[in-house]
Amino acid sequence: MNLTRRHFMVLLPAAAVAWESVLAGTPAAAPNYKLTDHWWGMLIDISKCIGCGNCVRACQTENDVPDGFFRTWVERYHVTDTNLERPQVISPDGGKGGFPIAAEDEGKYFFVPKLCNHCVDSPCTQVCPVGATFISPDGVVLVDQSYCLGCAYCVQACPYGCRYIHPEKHSADKCTLCYHRITKGLNTACCENCPTGARQLADLKDPNDPIHAFLKTHAVQVLKPQMATTPKVFYNQLDGSVR
Amino acid sequence: MNLFKDVGHLFRFVALFIVGTLVILGLRAAFTPRSFGQYGHYRGAALGDIAAHPVHFAGHQACEVCHADVAETKAKGKHAHVNCEACHGAQARHAYDFTNGSATIKPVLPDTAVLCARCHAASAAKPKSFPQVNAADHSGGVPCQTCHQPHSPAIAAGDAK
Repeated sequence: MNLTRRHFMVLLPAAAVAWESVLAGTPAAAPNYKLTDHWWGMLIDISKCIGCGNCVRACQTENDVPDGFFRTWVERYHVTDTNLERPQVISPDGGKGGFPIAAEDEGKYFFVPKLCNHCVDSPCTQVCPVGATFISPDGVVLVDQSYCLGCAYCVQACPYGCRYIHPEKHSADKCTLCYHRITKGLNTACCENCPTGARQLADLKDPNDPIHAFLKTHAVQVLKPQMATTPKVFYNQLDGSVR
Repeated sequence: MNLFKDVGHLFRFVALFIVGTLVILGLRAAFTPRSFGQYGHYRGAALGDIAAHPVHFAGHQACEVCHADVAETKAKGKHAHVNCEACHGAQARHAYDFTNGSATIKPVLPDTAVLCARCHAASAAKPKSFPQVNAADHSGGVPCQTCHQPHSPAIAAGDAK
């Protein structure tokens, strides 16, 4: 091939454009999903949770969560009449295998499913020194596994204890709100498998989402509001003893 | 006194500074991922990477395509709002892997002795309105499905003894 200098100069911009598209990588997996049309959260109804552990098992299956680590877990509170400030809290293996049978006892019992609160003002994303964790434009706090160094600063920063360092990947890991499912129009694994509807995925930007009617008519709370993290996981019938 | 008398000495210094700046900018451009900063201070392509994870639970909509009869029975019963995979486990491979028009993976039937008890074993910790039984008193060890149809568990008037 006889390449003159003139031709070479002409081809140079074309090569630059081609290289640019190589570097840009493959497009997102869900082409019809619009990031700006969604703002994800979750509604948890304490009065419906029976502590079966289905959500914890489903989460582990769906996301290959290693044993002993949890993206979601269930806690059982036992508050006695005489000691409101010191509830007994158990969560055997995160509630994965259910809970021991409670005999009729004084006080009250209830289950509190927990997961990443996908905070709008999340301390975990603010402390990341490399920009490996972030809140996505559709309101999900995510970790870029290929960019995370595993310094665990975010693990310390989360006031809810929702992050861990993956024992094999050595990078921070957490609930993704089943980002690979919700972007395809599926429900999260935990909500899909909740038999009583105690957990419900909510899209706060969808005007037809039942969450809006629910928030208007119920006394709904978030965890640790004093931390000013603006969580998007809303709890119905949350007891004051829950920390 | 001429202030600019020795200005010639600065040329090499300034040139080195400019070359150094260009080298740093070039290295930064080469090592920063292309999509970094697309949406914020992170790699925009990470969203696509995370969204591309494999799905294990097919979702009840996928089940109902083939098992419309079960979906219909279930919709009329007490378990209307319990999704298929809550009991049957993750079935994405059963739903999507096909050879010659039939599912490659056959799901294993769940063990009702464990499954039913997980939700319905009586415990003071559960909400009072939720149906709970003490299996020993309730049936004396007879398997649940002897009397209850899991897809529509209420015992019809005609079936009860």
